[in-house]
Amino acid sequence: MPTNTRTITYRDALHEAIDQEMEKNPSVFVYGIETKMFGSLKGLEEKFGKDRMFITPLSEEAATGLGLGAAMNGLRPIHVHIRTDFFLLAMNQLMNMMANVHYGSAGALKVPMVIRLIIGRGWGQGFQHSKSLHSMFAHIPGLKVIMPTTPYDAKGLMTAAIRDNNPVISIEHRWLYWQEGLVPRHMYEIPLGKGNILRKGSDVTIVATSWMNVEAAHAARILEKRGISVEIVDPRTIFPLDEKIIVDSVNKTGHCVVADIDWLFCGFSAEVAARVSEQCFKKLKKPVVRIGFAPTPIPTTRPLEDRFYPNAATIVRAVEKMFGLSPTNLSKEEFYSHTTIFKGPF
Amino acid sequence: MPTKKTDRKQLNLSLYKTVHLIRAAEEAIQKHYYEDEMKTPMHMSMGQEAISAGICHALGPSGQVFGYYRSHALYIAKTQETKRFFGEMYGKVTGTARGKGGSMHLASPKHGLLLVSAVVASTIAPAVGAAFANKQKKNKRIVAAFFGDGAIEEGVFFESLNVACLMKLSIIFVCEDNGLAMDATARERQGFSSIPKVVSGYDCHILESTSTDAEEIYHGAVKAIDLIKKTKKPVFMHLKYYRELQHVGVNSEFDPNAPLPKGGFEKVGYRSQKEHDAWMKKDPVKVLRAKLIGMKVPLSAIEKIEKANQEEVEQSIKLAKKAPFPKPQELFDNVYAN
Repeated sequence: MPTNTRTITYRDALHEAIDQEMEKNPSVFVYGIETKMFGSLKGLEEKFGKDRMFITPLSEEAATGLGLGAAMNGLRPIHVHIRTDFFLLAMNQLMNMMANVHYGSAGALKVPMVIRLIIGRGWGQGFQHSKSLHSMFAHIPGLKVIMPTTPYDAKGLMTAAIRDNNPVISIEHRWLYWQEGLVPRHMYEIPLGKGNILRKGSDVTIVATSWMNVEAAHAARILEKRGISVEIVDPRTIFPLDEKIIVDSVNKTGHCVVADIDWLFCGFSAEVAARVSEQCFKKLKKPVVRIGFAPTPIPTTRPLEDRFYPNAATIVRAVEKMFGLSPTNLSKEEFYSHTTIFKGPF
Repeated sequence: MPTKKTDRKQLNLSLYKTVHLIRAAEEAIQKHYYEDEMKTPMHMSMGQEAISAGICHALGPSGQVFGYYRSHALYIAKTQETKRFFGEMYGKVTGTARGKGGSMHLASPKHGLLLVSAVVASTIAPAVGAAFANKQKKNKRIVAAFFGDGAIEEGVFFESLNVACLMKLSIIFVCEDNGLAMDATARERQGFSSIPKVVSGYDCHILESTSTDAEEIYHGAVKAIDLIKKTKKPVFMHLKYYRELQHVGVNSEFDPNAPLPKGGFEKVGYRSQKEHDAWMKKDPVKVLRAKLIGMKVPLSAIEKIEKANQEEVEQSIKLAKKAPFPKPQELFDNVYAN
């Protein structure tokens, strides 16, 4: 372990990446309707001044277009939204404009812009405050999408995203903000398009996104007691996708579960399942299983929220079924829930 | 035949019943919120009651309204009920959306409260659409679209206003201006100094008020309806009010003993004590109560209303706590219509 490494939160890792890049590169600036972003931008306005960190009117489309124009003219904007859902007001600027500028100018123009979106199960937040939508963004050629899980990845991917010459959308789960991990003090990049094996195993590959990696790790500990060795693959970036790391793992284990923090239909899980089917057909012992949100809008009341979101138990049950195992008694198992991290009221 | 004076007394009593019921319901939320049973983020209406009550009374039951996340007052003013209101707050099957919506999506189509959104400005365009349908159906219904001052910064506000003016739709645009978007002041967000001035280029009527007296707002809304009927042009009402509590959460930002909200919002010095104290003297519930007393309405009549409201709220909370949660299988109900 390098001596300059210490334990910090995911929130502070994001903060450090942005702080260091802003220090190094005066063309980086941060803006959004709300610039607290759950504490991940603390003190930056004081440090860098109001020209480089500011709030905007409630004008998502104009603000996104402003970022596009500024990026085309040589700045490196970081645009922030406390909910992914609010960013939906700016889809024209994102999908019709920003995604096509480099291509449409035959490479003459570049859009080095980062858009940070917070996702995740809130606290009775409901259908307009807790969508993920990484699949939708990744669907559009010209956009890159990152989804850091660990504090180490948060800093390295954010640094790479800011330095990238394309629009990069960073999808950050709010429950990860409090997670701690080892992070070097110095600047470093994790290349976009490079996945990570979060846990080595030999029987089944779980490809998990964002918070679902935490659930997958919990499921792996339970399944280990049943004699199932789980390998967890965190793609870390949705696009570009590290297909090789997934394919190599599934070719080794012969089993694949995709645990995505999104709806399944036309989603990232379908993309992974298709690629695994194409590349690992001969090695697959069972069909790929997909886990994700229930196919409904997101409800507010707690019992329906609990039914809507998958967790470690969902993964355990899926793997048991895959291996023809009887269901593990999970009644004594404590699963991660709202009350673990956040006791209301808001 | 009642005299004009008794008419006015009746009107004020009826408005008081509404603003007080809203206040009683929200005070009950403040009291019970920390039990952690209402698991939904609260955007409180305190300070806003006169606008909701005045306009909903003028519109009557046939009027249709559209709101946004700060809509406790609008809901109660339009429906005059708190049982389904609290059912929703507690996430129970007795709620307006059987718990699926929560506090940011309180609606009651059968009472004419059609749609409430958690995303700024996003019900203005559907309100215009409802007014368009009313015009096609020639049913003489009036629509009111409620939104805050932050909505003026959204493109969709201008697009909707333009369409409504062009098509001469029967709609009141109600801008509830508290000068704040979360904790950002208008000065930090708006490149103009007067909202009515910005709107004045459109082919609609503009009414303005800084009153917290529900009766004045009521008369403004009556005038608006009259103008719509006579001229076929939409009306834009610019109404100032004071957000007495936090953006989200149940506390005053001026109570040093109040616990801080946990959701990431920080207490910041963006509001002045002086302004707070001046507005609190004009609190809509206080204003109306004092006026009733000034009109020589017996205290017993006022207290009777208050007691009935309190009992209604207490009963509503009791029922909501007792009511069942939806069964997990209900998650899949109503995704698509038959």
